[in-house]
Amino acid sequence: MTMQPDRRERWLRIIAPACVGVVVLALWQALVVVYRVPVYLVPSPLVVARTLVSDRVLLFHALASTLGVALAALAVAIVAGVGAALLFAQSRWIETSLFPYAILLQVTPIVSIAPLIIIWVHDLWVALVLCAVVVAIFPVISNTTLGLRSADPGLADLFRIAGASRWQTLWRLRVPGALPYFFGGLRIASGLALIGAVVAEFVAGTGGASAGLAYQILLAGMQLDIPRMFAALALIAAAGVALFAVTSVLAHAALARWHESELPREP
Amino acid sequence: MTGSAAGSTLIELSGIAKTWPNGIGALTGIDLDIRRGEFLTLVGPSGCGKSTLLKLIAGLTRPTQGRVIARGGPPRIGFVFQAPTLMPWARVSANVRLPLDLARMPRAHADARVADALARVGLVAFAGSLPRELSGGMQMRVSIARALVTEPDLLLMDEPFGALDEFTRQRMDGELLALWSAQRLTVVFVTHSIQEAVFLSTRVAAMAARPGRIVDAWEIDEPCPRTDAFRLSPAFAAHAQRLSLRVAEAGGSELDRAIAR
Repeated sequence: MTMQPDRRERWLRIIAPACVGVVVLALWQALVVVYRVPVYLVPSPLVVARTLVSDRVLLFHALASTLGVALAALAVAIVAGVGAALLFAQSRWIETSLFPYAILLQVTPIVSIAPLIIIWVHDLWVALVLCAVVVAIFPVISNTTLGLRSADPGLADLFRIAGASRWQTLWRLRVPGALPYFFGGLRIASGLALIGAVVAEFVAGTGGASAGLAYQILLAGMQLDIPRMFAALALIAAAGVALFAVTSVLAHAALARWHESELPREP
Repeated sequence: MTGSAAGSTLIELSGIAKTWPNGIGALTGIDLDIRRGEFLTLVGPSGCGKSTLLKLIAGLTRPTQGRVIARGGPPRIGFVFQAPTLMPWARVSANVRLPLDLARMPRAHADARVADALARVGLVAFAGSLPRELSGGMQMRVSIARALVTEPDLLLMDEPFGALDEFTRQRMDGELLALWSAQRLTVVFVTHSIQEAVFLSTRVAAMAARPGRIVDAWEIDEPCPRTDAFRLSPAFAAHAQRLSLRVAEAGGSELDRAIAR
């Protein structure tokens, strides 16, 4: 039985990485068992999986908390980042005056400003979201600005000949042309929002109702509960992959019809 | 604008000079009338400012000296670029409708005009296609339909078929001529192909580079519609030779002049 080439490729894209994962996990399990590595150094994958099940209430509550911060930060980064890009696209003067500050936001390590934000902002959840926004917003601003500036010059001339208003040129030419760039930025920002949320939780170091995965890692480290540490790590990684997948699906839905990046390749 | 006689001046260029901000002269001493109903072709080597001249006529750039005078008010302009310059995210019908949408024409009225323009270039069946699904020649025809949809007083074309293969280009030349005579269009066409210029035009202007200028202009006073037989006629050869001589004499090196002879 032969499959359609594109279906076969789709299966390959799922099966090949899955095989790599299974092999790595099996190797890890075997090494830990054969060399009798103590569980407080490197727990075996099976032990980590068992911890994920036994501590599920604690861990998934923490995951929901971290993911909530990351998603809220991503939403704010999209709205504020696209807003800033639209502002920058209005004139060279605005862009030249403000863009260096956007870069400043990007190059300042979040660990060094997170304590300040946490002191200034009383609501801890808002402070965590703000920290994650600082980390995630730059790719959205920078990519969207680039996209808005990259309109086909011929089409721009055509809009001028037709006497198009500023608004028409923005809405009908610059915004659709910027979409591929925006989604490229969003893909990077989704991972950064999660990183920002985790780093902010580390700096805040608070437990209680809003305790996230970073706090569980800190706590597990102090208690030398290494399997739980690994389980929390696995959940962070899985959340990152899921966020990436969601943004990829969104990009595909928006661009599949026309943009080169989402078109099927010729066999 | 309607009712103006064929042959009357549509746009008058007088004493045009254009210098780029870096001091390099793009055009100098351009005096040219564009007459209603004519097919005027600007021919010259790259860098002779023929595209700049087209942009000056379209009002996309301003001359450093001289004036562009529109007789009888600003004309409606259709512009066709060397590349199809279509919006890749929009279907063929939406691409053609763009100038009407920008002018805020009511949708029903605009759709009728779009259907008409697509019929003129033979693309009715592709109204719902995306640009990437069409061949290069078909994309160019979409671009021409978009330029025609506003029923322009003046159609400006900047090497529109330069990127097409020779066979497609000759077919497109024929189709363009048919449109020109059927719609009584006024066309200013830019090309570096001497054969194409002689075949299409009622008047040619030979240009030279550094600085860009018009060295000679004359009527191609041959019957229309033109057929493939015209390409093989002695008159065609005579015009082609005069054109290549003028272009070579003005701008080229000794070698260019030798080749032209």
